[in-house]
Amino acid sequence: MKPCKVTKTYREINEKIRRRKAVVVTAEEIIDIVDRHGEEEAARRVDVVTTGTFSPMCSSGAFLNFGHSSPRIKASRVWLNDVPAYGGIAAVDCYIGATEVVEGDPLNSVYPGEFNYGGGHVIEDLVSGNVIRLRAEGYGTDCYPSKRLERNITLKDLPDAMLFNPRNAYQNYNVAVNLSDKTIYTYMGVLRPRMANANYSTSGQLSPLFNDPYYETIGIGTAIFLGGTRGYVAWPGTQHNPNVPRTAKGIPREGAGTIAVIGNLKEMDPRWLVGASILGYGVSLYVGIGVPIPVLNERMARHAAVRDEDIVMNVFDYGMDVPSGNPKSLGEVTFKDLRSGAVTLNGRKIPSAPLSSYFKAQEIAALLKERIEKGEFFLGEPQWTLPSVAPDKKGP
Amino acid sequence: MGTPANRPEEAPYSRKIIVRYSAEIVDKPIVYRLVKDFDLAFNILKARIFPRREGLLVLDLVGTKENFDRGIQYLKESGVFVEPLSKRVSRNMDRCVHCGACVAFCSTDALSLDRSTMQVHFDPEKCSGCEICVTACPARAMEINLL
Repeated sequence: MKPCKVTKTYREINEKIRRRKAVVVTAEEIIDIVDRHGEEEAARRVDVVTTGTFSPMCSSGAFLNFGHSSPRIKASRVWLNDVPAYGGIAAVDCYIGATEVVEGDPLNSVYPGEFNYGGGHVIEDLVSGNVIRLRAEGYGTDCYPSKRLERNITLKDLPDAMLFNPRNAYQNYNVAVNLSDKTIYTYMGVLRPRMANANYSTSGQLSPLFNDPYYETIGIGTAIFLGGTRGYVAWPGTQHNPNVPRTAKGIPREGAGTIAVIGNLKEMDPRWLVGASILGYGVSLYVGIGVPIPVLNERMARHAAVRDEDIVMNVFDYGMDVPSGNPKSLGEVTFKDLRSGAVTLNGRKIPSAPLSSYFKAQEIAALLKERIEKGEFFLGEPQWTLPSVAPDKKGP
Repeated sequence: MGTPANRPEEAPYSRKIIVRYSAEIVDKPIVYRLVKDFDLAFNILKARIFPRREGLLVLDLVGTKENFDRGIQYLKESGVFVEPLSKRVSRNMDRCVHCGACVAFCSTDALSLDRSTMQVHFDPEKCSGCEICVTACPARAMEINLL
Protein backbone atom coordinates (compact mmCIF):
# COMPACT_ATOMS: atom_id res chain seq x y z
CA MET A 1 0.00 0.00 0.00
CA LYS A 2 1.41 3.36 -1.09
CA PRO A 3 0.86 6.37 1.15
CA CYS A 4 -2.17 8.38 0.03
CA LYS A 5 -2.02 11.96 -1.27
CA VAL A 6 -5.56 12.78 -0.16
CA THR A 7 -6.44 12.21 3.48
CA LYS A 8 -9.74 13.12 5.07
CA THR A 9 -11.13 12.19 8.46
CA TYR A 10 -14.61 11.11 9.48
CA ARG A 11 -14.82 14.24 11.61
CA GLU A 12 -14.01 16.50 8.65
CA ILE A 13 -16.62 14.82 6.47
CA ASN A 14 -19.25 14.95 9.23
CA GLU A 15 -18.51 18.66 9.69
CA LYS A 16 -19.15 19.16 5.95
CA ILE A 17 -22.41 17.18 6.25
CA ARG A 18 -23.42 19.43 9.16
CA ARG A 19 -22.80 22.50 7.00
CA ARG A 20 -24.60 20.76 4.09
CA LYS A 21 -21.43 21.11 2.04
CA ALA A 22 -20.66 17.43 1.70
CA VAL A 23 -20.43 16.07 -1.84
CA VAL A 24 -22.34 12.79 -1.94
CA VAL A 25 -22.70 10.53 -4.97
CA THR A 26 -24.04 7.01 -5.46
CA ALA A 27 -21.86 3.99 -6.19
CA GLU A 28 -23.05 4.22 -9.81
CA GLU A 29 -22.20 7.92 -10.15
CA ILE A 30 -18.68 7.61 -8.72
CA ILE A 31 -17.67 5.34 -11.60
CA ASP A 32 -17.88 8.17 -14.16
CA ILE A 33 -16.24 10.67 -11.83
CA VAL A 34 -13.19 8.46 -11.30
CA ASP A 35 -13.11 7.70 -15.02
CA ARG A 36 -13.14 11.37 -15.94
CA HIS A 37 -11.00 12.93 -13.23
CA GLY A 38 -8.89 10.10 -11.89
CA GLU A 39 -9.07 8.63 -8.39
CA GLU A 40 -7.02 11.35 -6.71
CA GLU A 41 -9.14 14.22 -8.00
CA ALA A 42 -12.30 12.16 -7.32
CA ALA A 43 -11.16 11.72 -3.71
CA ARG A 44 -10.70 15.50 -3.40
CA ARG A 45 -14.13 16.24 -4.85
CA VAL A 46 -16.31 13.51 -3.37
CA ASP A 47 -16.82 12.94 0.36
CA VAL A 48 -19.26 10.02 0.52
CA VAL A 49 -20.35 7.26 -1.86
CA THR A 50 -23.70 5.65 -1.09
CA THR A 51 -24.44 1.99 -1.77
CA GLY A 52 -27.56 -0.16 -1.58
CA THR A 53 -28.88 -3.69 -1.61
CA PHE A 54 -32.36 -5.19 -1.31
CA SER A 55 -32.65 -8.94 -1.19
CA PRO A 56 -34.07 -11.83 0.82
CA MET A 57 -31.64 -12.15 3.75
CA CYS A 58 -32.48 -15.24 5.78
CA SER A 59 -30.19 -14.52 8.71
CA SER A 60 -32.46 -11.76 10.01
CA GLY A 61 -34.85 -11.31 12.90
CA ALA A 62 -35.97 -9.06 15.70
CA PHE A 63 -35.68 -8.96 19.47
CA LEU A 64 -39.01 -7.90 20.97
CA ASN A 65 -39.91 -7.02 24.53
CA PHE A 66 -43.67 -7.17 25.06
CA GLY A 67 -43.88 -5.82 28.61
CA HIS A 68 -45.00 -7.46 31.83
CA SER A 69 -48.54 -8.68 32.39
CA SER A 70 -50.34 -8.96 35.70
CA PRO A 71 -50.00 -11.50 37.07
CA ARG A 72 -46.53 -11.80 35.62
CA ILE A 73 -45.40 -14.55 33.25
CA LYS A 74 -42.01 -15.96 32.36
CA ALA A 75 -42.86 -16.53 28.73
CA SER A 76 -40.73 -19.49 27.75
CA ARG A 77 -42.72 -20.35 24.64
CA VAL A 78 -43.95 -17.51 22.45
CA TRP A 79 -45.98 -17.28 19.23
CA LEU A 80 -46.68 -14.21 17.10
CA ASN A 81 -49.62 -14.80 14.70
CA ASP A 82 -48.94 -18.50 15.39
CA VAL A 83 -45.32 -18.19 14.25
CA PRO A 84 -43.05 -19.53 17.01
CA ALA A 85 -40.60 -17.00 18.45
CA TYR A 86 -37.63 -17.96 20.62
CA GLY A 87 -38.53 -17.40 24.28
CA GLY A 88 -35.43 -18.78 25.94
CA ILE A 89 -34.29 -15.35 27.10
CA ALA A 90 -35.65 -13.14 29.89
CA ALA A 91 -39.29 -13.23 30.97
CA VAL A 92 -40.93 -11.07 28.31
CA ASP A 93 -38.20 -10.91 25.68
CA CYS A 94 -38.26 -13.02 22.54
CA TYR A 95 -36.56 -13.27 19.16
CA ILE A 96 -38.62 -13.70 16.03
CA GLY A 97 -36.50 -15.18 13.25
CA ALA A 98 -37.18 -14.40 9.60
CA THR A 99 -37.29 -18.03 8.43
CA GLU A 100 -39.60 -19.43 11.13
CA VAL A 101 -42.69 -20.89 9.44
CA VAL A 102 -46.20 -20.49 10.83
CA GLU A 103 -47.34 -23.43 12.96
CA GLY A 104 -49.48 -25.92 11.08
CA ASP A 105 -48.01 -25.03 7.68
CA PRO A 106 -48.00 -28.12 5.44
CA LEU A 107 -44.34 -27.27 4.65
CA ASN A 108 -43.10 -29.41 1.76
CA SER A 109 -45.59 -32.24 2.34
CA VAL A 110 -47.48 -30.70 -0.57
CA TYR A 111 -44.43 -30.18 -2.79
CA PRO A 112 -43.32 -27.52 -3.50
CA GLY A 113 -44.58 -25.85 -0.34
CA GLU A 114 -45.99 -22.35 -0.67
CA PHE A 115 -44.83 -21.02 2.73
CA ASN A 116 -47.30 -18.18 2.76
CA TYR A 117 -46.57 -16.86 6.24
CA GLY A 118 -43.69 -16.82 8.68
CA GLY A 119 -41.30 -14.74 10.73
CA GLY A 120 -40.41 -12.42 7.86
CA HIS A 121 -44.09 -11.63 7.42
CA VAL A 122 -44.55 -11.04 11.16
CA ILE A 123 -41.75 -8.46 10.97
CA GLU A 124 -43.34 -6.84 7.91
CA ASP A 125 -46.74 -6.81 9.69
CA LEU A 126 -45.15 -5.23 12.76
CA VAL A 127 -43.53 -2.39 10.84
CA SER A 128 -46.78 -1.92 8.88
CA GLY A 129 -48.54 -1.25 12.20
CA ASN A 130 -50.77 -4.32 11.84
CA VAL A 131 -52.24 -6.08 14.89
CA ILE A 132 -50.38 -9.25 15.86
CA ARG A 133 -51.78 -12.00 18.10
CA LEU A 134 -49.27 -12.66 20.86
CA ARG A 135 -49.53 -16.00 22.64
CA ALA A 136 -47.15 -17.11 25.39
CA GLU A 137 -46.77 -20.01 27.79
CA GLY A 138 -44.73 -20.24 30.99
CA TYR A 139 -44.23 -23.06 33.46
CA GLY A 140 -45.00 -20.90 36.50
CA THR A 141 -42.57 -19.79 39.19
CA ASP A 142 -42.93 -18.02 42.53
CA CYS A 143 -42.00 -14.74 40.89
CA TYR A 144 -43.78 -15.42 37.56
CA PRO A 145 -46.94 -17.34 38.52
CA SER A 146 -48.93 -16.94 35.28
CA LYS A 147 -48.80 -19.79 32.79
CA ARG A 148 -50.67 -18.38 29.83
CA LEU A 149 -50.88 -15.04 28.09
CA GLU A 150 -52.83 -14.08 25.01
CA ARG A 151 -53.20 -10.54 23.74
CA ASN A 152 -53.22 -8.39 20.62
CA ILE A 153 -50.17 -6.22 20.13
CA THR A 154 -48.92 -3.67 17.63
CA LEU A 155 -45.37 -2.40 17.26
CA LYS A 156 -46.37 0.80 19.06
CA ASP A 157 -47.44 -1.18 22.17
CA LEU A 158 -44.06 -2.87 22.54
CA PRO A 159 -41.66 -1.24 25.01
CA ASP A 160 -38.71 -2.22 22.78
CA ALA A 161 -38.17 -3.78 19.39
CA MET A 162 -34.83 -4.07 17.65
CA LEU A 163 -33.98 -5.63 14.34
CA PHE A 164 -30.84 -7.68 14.78
CA ASN A 165 -29.62 -9.59 11.75
CA PRO A 166 -26.60 -11.81 12.37
CA ARG A 167 -25.60 -12.05 8.70
CA ASN A 168 -26.61 -9.63 5.96
CA ALA A 169 -25.20 -8.10 2.79
CA TYR A 170 -22.95 -10.99 1.75
CA GLN A 171 -20.08 -9.49 -0.23
CA ASN A 172 -20.34 -11.99 -3.08
CA TYR A 173 -22.59 -14.97 -3.61
CA ASN A 174 -23.04 -18.09 -5.70
CA VAL A 175 -24.81 -18.09 -9.01
CA ALA A 176 -27.20 -21.06 -8.96
CA VAL A 177 -27.99 -23.45 -11.81
CA ASN A 178 -29.58 -26.89 -11.90
CA LEU A 179 -27.84 -29.67 -13.82
CA SER A 180 -30.41 -32.32 -12.86
CA ASP A 181 -33.34 -33.22 -15.08
CA LYS A 182 -36.16 -31.94 -12.89
CA THR A 183 -37.16 -28.48 -11.71
CA ILE A 184 -35.90 -27.73 -8.20
CA TYR A 185 -37.09 -25.14 -5.69
CA THR A 186 -34.25 -23.57 -3.72
CA TYR A 187 -33.38 -20.53 -1.64
CA MET A 188 -31.93 -19.28 -4.92
CA GLY A 189 -35.38 -19.48 -6.49
CA VAL A 190 -36.90 -21.82 -9.06
CA LEU A 191 -34.16 -23.57 -11.04
CA ARG A 192 -35.29 -25.25 -14.21
CA PRO A 193 -33.62 -28.48 -15.30
CA ARG A 194 -30.53 -28.86 -17.48
CA MET A 195 -29.21 -25.39 -16.70
CA ALA A 196 -32.20 -23.60 -18.23
CA ASN A 197 -31.70 -20.57 -15.97
CA ALA A 198 -29.03 -19.06 -13.74
CA ASN A 199 -30.15 -17.20 -10.61
CA TYR A 200 -28.07 -14.67 -8.69
CA SER A 201 -28.53 -12.40 -5.72
CA THR A 202 -26.45 -9.24 -5.47
CA SER A 203 -26.68 -5.61 -6.49
CA GLY A 204 -23.17 -5.71 -7.99
CA GLN A 205 -21.52 -2.31 -8.31
CA LEU A 206 -24.11 -0.89 -5.88
CA SER A 207 -23.59 -3.58 -3.25
CA PRO A 208 -22.09 -2.23 0.01
CA LEU A 209 -19.13 -4.57 0.54
CA PHE A 210 -18.03 -4.57 -3.12
CA ASN A 211 -17.38 -0.84 -2.69
CA ASP A 212 -15.00 -1.36 0.23
CA PRO A 213 -13.59 -4.79 -0.53
CA TYR A 214 -11.06 -4.80 2.35
CA TYR A 215 -13.52 -3.29 4.90
CA GLU A 216 -11.31 -0.26 5.52
CA THR A 217 -14.26 1.94 6.52
CA ILE A 218 -16.79 -0.66 7.66
CA GLY A 219 -16.83 -1.98 11.21
CA ILE A 220 -18.53 -1.80 14.57
CA GLY A 221 -20.40 1.47 14.76
CA THR A 222 -20.61 2.20 11.04
CA ALA A 223 -23.93 3.99 10.58
CA ILE A 224 -26.02 2.46 7.78
CA PHE A 225 -29.42 2.69 6.15
CA LEU A 226 -31.33 -0.27 7.58
CA GLY A 227 -34.99 -0.96 6.83
CA GLY A 228 -35.59 2.73 6.15
CA THR A 229 -33.91 4.19 9.21
CA ARG A 230 -30.47 4.68 10.63
CA GLY A 231 -28.97 1.41 11.87
CA TYR A 232 -25.49 0.22 12.66
CA VAL A 233 -23.01 -2.47 11.82
CA ALA A 234 -22.85 -4.37 15.12
CA TRP A 235 -20.19 -6.95 14.38
CA PRO A 236 -18.72 -8.95 11.52
CA GLY A 237 -21.57 -11.10 10.25
CA THR A 238 -21.55 -14.85 10.81
CA GLN A 239 -19.44 -16.70 8.22
CA HIS A 240 -17.44 -13.48 7.60
CA ASN A 241 -14.26 -14.67 5.91
CA PRO A 242 -11.90 -12.18 4.30
CA ASN A 243 -9.37 -14.81 3.24
CA VAL A 244 -10.79 -15.96 -0.06
CA PRO A 245 -9.39 -15.78 -3.59
CA ARG A 246 -9.62 -12.24 -4.95
CA THR A 247 -9.24 -10.50 -8.31
CA ALA A 248 -6.31 -8.17 -9.02
CA LYS A 249 -8.55 -5.29 -7.87
CA GLY A 250 -9.23 -7.02 -4.57
CA ILE A 251 -12.79 -8.16 -5.33
CA PRO A 252 -13.54 -11.51 -3.67
CA ARG A 253 -14.43 -14.27 -6.10
CA GLU A 254 -16.69 -15.94 -3.55
CA GLY A 255 -18.70 -15.25 -0.36
CA ALA A 256 -16.15 -13.40 1.85
CA GLY A 257 -17.37 -10.48 3.97
CA THR A 258 -20.69 -10.17 5.82
CA ILE A 259 -22.09 -7.76 8.39
CA ALA A 260 -24.26 -8.18 11.48
CA VAL A 261 -26.60 -5.21 11.68
CA ILE A 262 -28.84 -3.66 14.30
CA GLY A 263 -31.47 -0.92 14.36
CA ASN A 264 -34.66 0.30 15.97
CA LEU A 265 -37.53 -1.67 14.43
CA LYS A 266 -39.99 1.01 15.54
CA GLU A 267 -38.45 3.48 13.09
CA MET A 268 -38.47 1.08 10.15
CA ASP A 269 -40.69 1.06 7.11
CA PRO A 270 -42.43 -1.83 5.29
CA ARG A 271 -41.04 -0.47 2.02
CA TRP A 272 -37.66 -1.80 3.10
CA LEU A 273 -38.63 -4.89 5.11
CA VAL A 274 -40.81 -7.24 3.10
CA GLY A 275 -41.79 -10.81 4.00
CA ALA A 276 -40.72 -13.34 1.38
CA SER A 277 -42.28 -16.72 0.55
CA ILE A 278 -39.80 -18.81 -1.38
CA LEU A 279 -41.55 -21.67 -3.16
CA GLY A 280 -40.41 -25.08 -1.91
CA TYR A 281 -37.85 -23.54 0.44
CA GLY A 282 -39.48 -21.46 3.16
CA VAL A 283 -40.01 -17.93 4.36
CA SER A 284 -37.49 -15.12 4.56
CA LEU A 285 -37.27 -11.36 4.76
CA TYR A 286 -36.30 -8.89 2.08
CA VAL A 287 -34.01 -6.40 3.82
CA GLY A 288 -32.99 -3.02 2.44
CA ILE A 289 -29.47 -1.94 3.44
CA GLY A 290 -27.29 0.94 2.34
CA VAL A 291 -23.79 1.65 3.61
CA PRO A 292 -22.21 5.08 3.12
CA ILE A 293 -18.57 4.74 2.10
CA PRO A 294 -16.48 7.74 3.21
CA VAL A 295 -13.96 8.72 0.56
CA LEU A 296 -11.10 9.18 3.02
CA ASN A 297 -8.44 8.93 0.34
CA GLU A 298 -7.85 8.02 -3.32
CA ARG A 299 -7.75 4.35 -2.40
CA MET A 300 -11.39 4.49 -1.26
CA ALA A 301 -12.33 6.41 -4.42
CA ARG A 302 -10.76 3.66 -6.49
CA HIS A 303 -12.52 0.90 -4.55
CA ALA A 304 -15.89 2.66 -4.66
CA ALA A 305 -15.57 2.99 -8.44
CA VAL A 306 -15.96 -0.78 -8.79
CA ARG A 307 -18.09 -1.64 -11.78
CA ASP A 308 -20.23 -4.58 -12.83
CA GLU A 309 -17.59 -5.98 -15.20
CA ASP A 310 -15.03 -6.11 -12.35
CA ILE A 311 -17.26 -8.43 -10.34
CA VAL A 312 -16.92 -12.13 -10.99
CA MET A 313 -19.18 -14.75 -9.49
CA ASN A 314 -18.91 -18.52 -9.45
CA VAL A 315 -21.65 -20.77 -10.78
CA PHE A 316 -22.69 -23.80 -8.75
CA ASP A 317 -25.00 -26.75 -9.37
CA TYR A 318 -27.87 -26.75 -6.89
CA GLY A 319 -29.27 -29.94 -8.40
CA MET A 320 -26.56 -32.14 -6.93
CA ASP A 321 -23.25 -30.54 -5.87
CA VAL A 322 -24.43 -27.88 -3.40
CA PRO A 323 -27.09 -29.96 -1.56
CA SER A 324 -24.68 -32.91 -1.15
CA GLY A 325 -22.08 -30.61 0.36
CA ASN A 326 -19.52 -30.84 -2.45
CA PRO A 327 -19.86 -27.54 -4.24
CA LYS A 328 -17.59 -27.35 -7.30
CA SER A 329 -17.51 -24.20 -9.37
CA LEU A 330 -18.79 -24.75 -12.90
CA GLY A 331 -17.12 -21.53 -14.02
CA GLU A 332 -17.02 -17.79 -13.49
CA VAL A 333 -19.34 -15.18 -14.93
CA THR A 334 -19.33 -11.41 -14.55
CA PHE A 335 -22.06 -9.44 -12.87
CA LYS A 336 -22.29 -7.33 -16.01
CA ASP A 337 -23.41 -10.37 -17.98
CA LEU A 338 -25.75 -11.52 -15.21
CA ARG A 339 -27.45 -8.13 -15.19
CA SER A 340 -27.73 -8.07 -18.98
CA GLY A 341 -30.06 -11.09 -18.81
CA ALA A 342 -27.87 -13.92 -20.03
CA VAL A 343 -24.52 -15.51 -19.24
CA THR A 344 -22.36 -17.81 -21.29
CA LEU A 345 -21.11 -20.89 -19.48
CA ASN A 346 -19.10 -23.59 -21.25
CA GLY A 347 -20.21 -22.16 -24.57
CA ARG A 348 -23.90 -22.20 -23.64
CA LYS A 349 -26.03 -19.10 -23.29
CA ILE A 350 -28.19 -19.26 -20.16
CA PRO A 351 -30.86 -16.71 -19.19
CA SER A 352 -30.15 -15.12 -15.81
CA ALA A 353 -32.61 -13.91 -13.19
CA PRO A 354 -32.01 -12.01 -9.95
CA LEU A 355 -33.48 -12.48 -6.49
CA SER A 356 -32.05 -9.17 -5.41
CA SER A 357 -33.84 -6.00 -6.54
CA TYR A 358 -31.38 -3.72 -8.33
CA PHE A 359 -34.17 -1.17 -8.69
CA LYS A 360 -34.68 -1.00 -4.91
CA ALA A 361 -30.91 -0.93 -4.37
CA GLN A 362 -30.78 2.18 -6.57
CA GLU A 363 -33.61 3.73 -4.57
CA ILE A 364 -31.75 3.07 -1.30
CA ALA A 365 -28.48 4.55 -2.58
CA ALA A 366 -30.38 7.64 -3.81
CA LEU A 367 -32.34 8.00 -0.55
CA LEU A 368 -29.23 7.68 1.59
CA LYS A 369 -27.48 10.24 -0.61
CA GLU A 370 -30.39 12.64 -0.13
CA ARG A 371 -30.39 12.18 3.66
CA ILE A 372 -26.66 12.86 3.91
CA GLU A 373 -26.90 15.90 1.61
CA LYS A 374 -29.70 17.31 3.76
CA GLY A 375 -27.60 16.91 6.89
CA GLU A 376 -29.96 14.26 8.33
CA PHE A 377 -27.55 11.35 8.29
CA PHE A 378 -23.99 11.40 9.62
CA LEU A 379 -21.17 8.95 9.26
CA GLY A 380 -20.48 6.65 12.18
CA GLU A 381 -16.77 6.14 12.66
CA PRO A 382 -16.13 2.45 13.27
CA GLN A 383 -14.59 1.59 16.64
CA TRP A 384 -12.96 -1.37 14.99
CA THR A 385 -13.10 -2.34 11.32
CA LEU A 386 -14.12 -5.81 10.20
CA PRO A 387 -11.39 -8.45 10.09
CA SER A 388 -9.58 -8.15 6.75
CA VAL A 389 -6.68 -9.79 4.96
CA ALA A 390 -3.13 -9.21 6.21
CA PRO A 391 -1.85 -5.75 5.11
CA ASP A 392 0.78 -7.26 2.79
CA LYS A 393 -1.95 -9.32 1.06
CA LYS A 394 -4.04 -6.25 0.24
CA GLY A 395 -4.10 -5.21 -3.38
CA PRO A 396 -3.07 -1.78 -4.65
CA MET B 1 -58.69 -17.67 -42.66
CA GLY B 2 -59.05 -15.93 -39.37
CA THR B 3 -55.62 -16.77 -38.05
CA PRO B 4 -53.78 -14.20 -35.99
CA ALA B 5 -51.12 -14.02 -38.72
CA ASN B 6 -53.67 -12.80 -41.25
CA ARG B 7 -55.53 -10.53 -38.90
CA PRO B 8 -53.03 -9.32 -36.33
CA GLU B 9 -55.37 -6.56 -35.20
CA GLU B 10 -57.89 -9.18 -34.06
CA ALA B 11 -56.06 -11.42 -31.64
CA PRO B 12 -58.38 -14.20 -30.37
CA TYR B 13 -60.33 -13.07 -27.36
CA SER B 14 -61.32 -15.88 -25.04
CA ARG B 15 -63.53 -15.72 -21.96
CA LYS B 16 -65.36 -18.29 -19.91
CA ILE B 17 -68.88 -17.37 -18.89
CA ILE B 18 -71.71 -18.86 -16.86
CA VAL B 19 -75.15 -18.58 -18.42
CA ARG B 20 -78.33 -19.23 -16.40
CA TYR B 21 -81.74 -19.16 -17.94
CA SER B 22 -85.31 -19.69 -16.88
CA ALA B 23 -87.76 -22.39 -17.97
CA GLU B 24 -89.50 -20.03 -20.44
CA ILE B 25 -86.48 -19.69 -22.70
CA VAL B 26 -84.78 -23.01 -22.12
CA ASP B 27 -85.78 -24.18 -25.60
CA LYS B 28 -84.44 -21.10 -27.44
CA PRO B 29 -81.35 -21.72 -29.63
CA ILE B 30 -79.19 -19.19 -27.79
CA VAL B 31 -75.79 -20.71 -28.45
CA TYR B 32 -76.62 -21.18 -32.12
CA ARG B 33 -77.22 -17.43 -32.44
CA LEU B 34 -73.85 -16.69 -30.79
CA VAL B 35 -72.17 -18.67 -33.54
CA LYS B 36 -74.34 -17.54 -36.43
CA ASP B 37 -74.71 -13.83 -35.66
CA PHE B 38 -71.55 -13.05 -33.73
CA ASP B 39 -69.00 -15.49 -35.18
CA LEU B 40 -68.10 -16.80 -31.73
CA ALA B 41 -66.62 -20.26 -31.35
CA PHE B 42 -67.87 -22.04 -28.25
CA ASN B 43 -66.86 -24.91 -26.07
CA ILE B 44 -69.46 -26.20 -23.61
CA LEU B 45 -67.67 -26.91 -20.34
CA LYS B 46 -70.81 -27.76 -18.41
CA ALA B 47 -74.52 -27.95 -19.20
CA ARG B 48 -77.44 -28.86 -16.94
CA ILE B 49 -81.20 -28.63 -16.98
CA PHE B 50 -82.65 -28.68 -13.49
CA PRO B 51 -85.94 -30.42 -12.49
CA ARG B 52 -87.97 -27.22 -12.88
CA ARG B 53 -86.47 -26.79 -16.35
CA GLU B 54 -84.11 -23.91 -15.51
CA GLY B 55 -80.81 -24.29 -17.30
CA LEU B 56 -77.14 -23.64 -16.59
CA LEU B 57 -74.36 -23.49 -19.15
CA VAL B 58 -70.65 -22.87 -18.69
CA LEU B 59 -69.18 -21.73 -21.99
CA ASP B 60 -65.75 -20.87 -23.27
CA LEU B 61 -66.30 -18.28 -26.01
CA VAL B 62 -63.60 -17.38 -28.51
CA GLY B 63 -63.85 -14.60 -31.05
CA THR B 64 -63.02 -10.95 -31.37
CA LYS B 65 -63.47 -8.61 -28.43
CA GLU B 66 -66.10 -6.64 -30.34
CA ASN B 67 -68.14 -9.71 -31.27
CA PHE B 68 -67.81 -11.06 -27.74
CA ASP B 69 -69.21 -7.86 -26.27
CA ARG B 70 -72.07 -7.84 -28.79
CA GLY B 71 -72.77 -11.49 -28.06
CA ILE B 72 -72.95 -10.85 -24.33
CA GLN B 73 -75.26 -7.91 -25.00
CA TYR B 74 -77.49 -10.23 -27.05
CA LEU B 75 -77.57 -12.79 -24.21
CA LYS B 76 -78.56 -10.17 -21.68
CA GLU B 77 -81.30 -8.86 -23.97
CA SER B 78 -82.60 -12.39 -24.41
CA GLY B 79 -83.35 -12.48 -20.71
CA VAL B 80 -80.60 -14.85 -19.58
CA PHE B 81 -78.33 -14.19 -16.65
CA VAL B 82 -74.62 -13.97 -17.63
CA GLU B 83 -71.61 -13.89 -15.33
CA PRO B 84 -67.90 -14.32 -15.97
CA LEU B 85 -66.08 -17.46 -14.88
CA SER B 86 -62.56 -17.04 -16.14
CA LYS B 87 -59.71 -15.74 -14.04
CA ARG B 88 -56.94 -13.38 -14.87
CA VAL B 89 -53.53 -12.91 -13.33
CA SER B 90 -52.62 -9.38 -12.34
CA ARG B 91 -49.85 -7.67 -10.45
CA ASN B 92 -50.29 -5.88 -7.16
CA MET B 93 -47.89 -2.97 -7.62
CA ASP B 94 -47.84 -2.32 -3.88
CA ARG B 95 -46.27 -5.73 -3.27
CA CYS B 96 -43.88 -5.97 -6.23
CA VAL B 97 -40.30 -5.23 -5.15
CA HIS B 98 -38.92 -5.55 -8.70
CA CYS B 99 -36.51 -8.30 -7.67
CA GLY B 100 -36.91 -10.12 -10.99
CA ALA B 101 -37.13 -13.67 -9.61
CA CYS B 102 -40.23 -14.16 -11.80
CA VAL B 103 -38.18 -13.87 -14.98
CA ALA B 104 -36.74 -17.31 -14.22
CA PHE B 105 -40.08 -19.14 -14.29
CA CYS B 106 -42.43 -17.11 -16.48
CA SER B 107 -42.51 -19.26 -19.62
CA THR B 108 -44.24 -16.72 -21.91
CA ASP B 109 -42.13 -13.67 -20.99
CA ALA B 110 -45.26 -11.91 -19.73
CA LEU B 111 -43.05 -11.01 -16.78
CA SER B 112 -39.82 -9.40 -17.88
CA LEU B 113 -37.08 -7.27 -16.42
CA ASP B 114 -36.35 -4.01 -18.23
CA ARG B 115 -32.57 -4.06 -18.10
CA SER B 116 -32.26 -0.29 -18.42
CA THR B 117 -34.56 0.66 -15.52
CA MET B 118 -34.18 -2.72 -13.73
CA GLN B 119 -37.94 -2.71 -13.13
CA VAL B 120 -40.19 -5.71 -13.66
CA HIS B 121 -42.87 -5.36 -16.33
CA PHE B 122 -46.01 -7.44 -16.60
CA ASP B 123 -47.70 -7.77 -19.96
CA PRO B 124 -51.15 -9.37 -19.42
CA GLU B 125 -51.49 -9.93 -23.18
CA LYS B 126 -48.60 -12.39 -23.08
CA CYS B 127 -49.84 -14.14 -19.92
CA SER B 128 -51.02 -17.69 -20.52
CA GLY B 129 -52.62 -17.86 -17.07
CA CYS B 130 -50.46 -20.76 -15.88
CA GLU B 131 -50.46 -19.13 -12.45
CA ILE B 132 -46.94 -20.35 -11.52
CA CYS B 133 -46.05 -16.79 -10.54
CA VAL B 134 -48.89 -16.66 -8.02
CA THR B 135 -46.99 -18.97 -5.67
CA ALA B 136 -43.45 -18.52 -7.02
CA CYS B 137 -43.24 -14.72 -6.60
CA PRO B 138 -41.48 -14.34 -3.23
CA ALA B 139 -43.23 -11.05 -2.45
CA ARG B 140 -46.62 -12.53 -3.45
CA ALA B 141 -47.26 -9.66 -5.84
CA MET B 142 -49.09 -11.77 -8.46
CA GLU B 143 -52.78 -12.31 -7.87
CA ILE B 144 -55.68 -14.09 -9.51
CA ASN B 145 -58.70 -11.93 -10.27
CA LEU B 146 -62.06 -13.25 -11.33
CA LEU B 147 -63.12 -11.54 -14.52
